[in-house]
Amino acid sequence: MVNRVVTGAHYGLRDWLIQRITAVVMAVYGVALAVYLLMQPYLNYDVWTALFSSQVVRTFSLLFLLSLFYHAWIGIRDIVMDYVKPTALRLMIHVLVILALLLYAIWSVEILWGM
Amino acid sequence: MKFKIYRYNPDTDTEPYMQDYELDIRPEDSSQGKMLLDALLLIKQQDDSLALRKSCREGVCGSDAMNINGRNGLACITPLSSLKEPVELRPLPGLPVIRDLIVDMTQFFKQYHSIKPYLINNDPPPETERLQSPQQRAHLNGLYECILCGCCTTACPSFWWNPDKFVGPAGLLQAYRFIADTRDQATSERLDDLEDPYRLFRCHTIMNCVDVCPKELNPTEAIGNIKDLMVKRMV
Repeated sequence: MVNRVVTGAHYGLRDWLIQRITAVVMAVYGVALAVYLLMQPYLNYDVWTALFSSQVVRTFSLLFLLSLFYHAWIGIRDIVMDYVKPTALRLMIHVLVILALLLYAIWSVEILWGM
Repeated sequence: MKFKIYRYNPDTDTEPYMQDYELDIRPEDSSQGKMLLDALLLIKQQDDSLALRKSCREGVCGSDAMNINGRNGLACITPLSSLKEPVELRPLPGLPVIRDLIVDMTQFFKQYHSIKPYLINNDPPPETERLQSPQQRAHLNGLYECILCGCCTTACPSFWWNPDKFVGPAGLLQAYRFIADTRDQATSERLDDLEDPYRLFRCHTIMNCVDVCPKELNPTEAIGNIKDLMVKRMV
């Protein structure tokens, strides 16, 4: 294969936009959760389990976590694009990161809804 | 005044080194010249082996861009009185050094040319000029003033890591200069060309470009405007 500089993959905007949107989701959830927890006079295990027994909280927690994983994917991909130059190695790291994040997403569902 | 200047002559030196110079001048005394370039020319009288680029000596040509005490700037419009001693001068970072303070700008201009820095308009040229309203012309303010000195692009970490793929702040500012021009008809093609994870989206809003620009331009804002137009086009 010739060693030419190639650009023009024609993507990037969607990822950039999604990174911004997921950041907003994480900020809103993070602040809301922090405010709720700080407002509890006695923060203990019972309060915590009561909070996470609500389907709404679980759903929004999952939304937060999925946002986190998507956000992390774009961020880590950008770092790898900057610092890892060999294409094969880069592709391998990309695949590993995607698989790990998918695993985390499945694990999150299990934590939130599992026994 | 004390100076420490980066020296490298590929014909004689195996590696670069810093050389000390001292000038008997006081920055307050304007009869001896007030700007860093004046001091550099005095140093060159002491040691004519020192190589640097300069031309207009008033911040218009952009030739004497260099790294001054760790910050990119133009020597000709940097007042000596603003500098902490010893004044450490290095070539612009991120580009190959040809000699001393002179860098090879090929990569920089390659990126600049890649954005097609000229008006694309397929209508037959009118008898006089292509007219713009004052409001349309106002959109070019803060864009057309760029002198391509390279201070911003060589201060950008994203350019350091991907100089062959990332257009860089100077190139992107000029890309937006033609996107913003109502006389240009290639907006969509220009956006297509820039919609790329490397060419545009290596910009992570670090804003070193805004920090160092000697003409006080704002490439980050221009890049944001390009992204906004892409979003507008997509949604």
